[in-house]
Amino acid sequence: MHIKRNVATSENGFIFNPLTGDSFSGNFMASELLMMMKQGETAEVIKAHILYKYDVLPEQFDRDWDDWLLQLKEANLLD
Amino acid sequence: MANDKKQLVIAVTGLNATDNPGSGLGVIRALRDAFADLRIIGLSYESLEPGIYMHDLVDKTYQLPYPTAGSAALTERLLFIHEVEGIQVIIPNFDSELYNFIKIVPWLKAAGIRTFLPTMEQLDCRDKLNLYKFGQKNGLKVPEDRIVYKADEITKAVADLGFPMVVKGKYYDASVEQTLEQAQKAFYKLSARWGLPVIAQRFIKGTEINIAGLGDGSGGIISMVPMRKLYITEKGKAWAGITIEDEDLLTLANDFVKATKWQGAFELEVMREGSGALFIMEINPRFPAWIYLAAGAGQNQPAALVQMAMGESIKPFAGYNVGKMFIRYSWDHLVDIAEFQQISGFGEL
Repeated sequence: MHIKRNVATSENGFIFNPLTGDSFSGNFMASELLMMMKQGETAEVIKAHILYKYDVLPEQFDRDWDDWLLQLKEANLLD
Repeated sequence: MANDKKQLVIAVTGLNATDNPGSGLGVIRALRDAFADLRIIGLSYESLEPGIYMHDLVDKTYQLPYPTAGSAALTERLLFIHEVEGIQVIIPNFDSELYNFIKIVPWLKAAGIRTFLPTMEQLDCRDKLNLYKFGQKNGLKVPEDRIVYKADEITKAVADLGFPMVVKGKYYDASVEQTLEQAQKAFYKLSARWGLPVIAQRFIKGTEINIAGLGDGSGGIISMVPMRKLYITEKGKAWAGITIEDEDLLTLANDFVKATKWQGAFELEVMREGSGALFIMEINPRFPAWIYLAAGAGQNQPAALVQMAMGESIKPFAGYNVGKMFIRYSWDHLVDIAEFQQISGFGEL
């Protein structure tokens, strides 16, 4: 679940993978998740943080989290 | 000679900054970044090469005879230009002219004109017709191909390579074909335009990456900068690109230079498959049109080439800026008819 070491992210959700030259634009939620992942937070910590901060059901967030990881994997951004 | 001895006088070809651009203007921009007192002599073939009229980059332009005129005609023309300008270094930037330039290297040297070009053997080994064998010999991945001299040999190539299949002209042009009829049509079209043979090549699906490099002629690599194409024109040219960081690409460039002891500039055209495998699609024996990106990323290859041509010892570059982009643009450059008349009528401007 670790973001690749060299992947660059900005506060506004822009993501650049220097290994491939790919870049992506994410929304504010993507930006927040990426920042926590880059800081090395575990999935449990990130989930707890999001559930505390936002009005979302745990089951809904679990589905979104799995989808998020799938997108990161497809974009070749995970180790 | 027109120049004083302190000024560096460099002649450069490839002033055709068109939709299929030569690398001359990128080379000149890189040289101007590196050398303060510089006189650039443009060498052109056609009167409408935009660089001829870009006087902030090119100080004076002379037309050259076409490469088909041979090395004697080239020598005669260069002798005239050299007597006027006192050229110190020449950087040819077209594949099609390199044979003649390499052939006259001893004459150029005797005349005091420096070059830093590959040898004839190096030029031949990366030729499209020899590339697959070259890859096999040196353990480098190159898509399997068939050299086709007759239309009916296309059928055999299709049976061996399958569809989609790439059909390439001897010098330029390529198309991806999906049926036997399309492949045969491409054979006739390409052979009529560029002569025989035509190359049928296995199609590789992936991401296009190019590497600009500079070999020292002894197996060492002075510079290498990989670029991922971000925008590709209908002619397959990069219209935008970005420098990337990938150890596998740098290893590939190193392996190529070690295998050939390449001297001078080169460009590896690479396809990265989904599996990560790197295939060499073509090797160009010169700087690419996007070479100014390499200079902007911290490795000024044209300047390093000039220094090596002048006999200086150069240390390999260490590192470059990853994520540096280029975005090419078109520009309507206004020119007076008198200038066009001058270059068309007198062969110099």
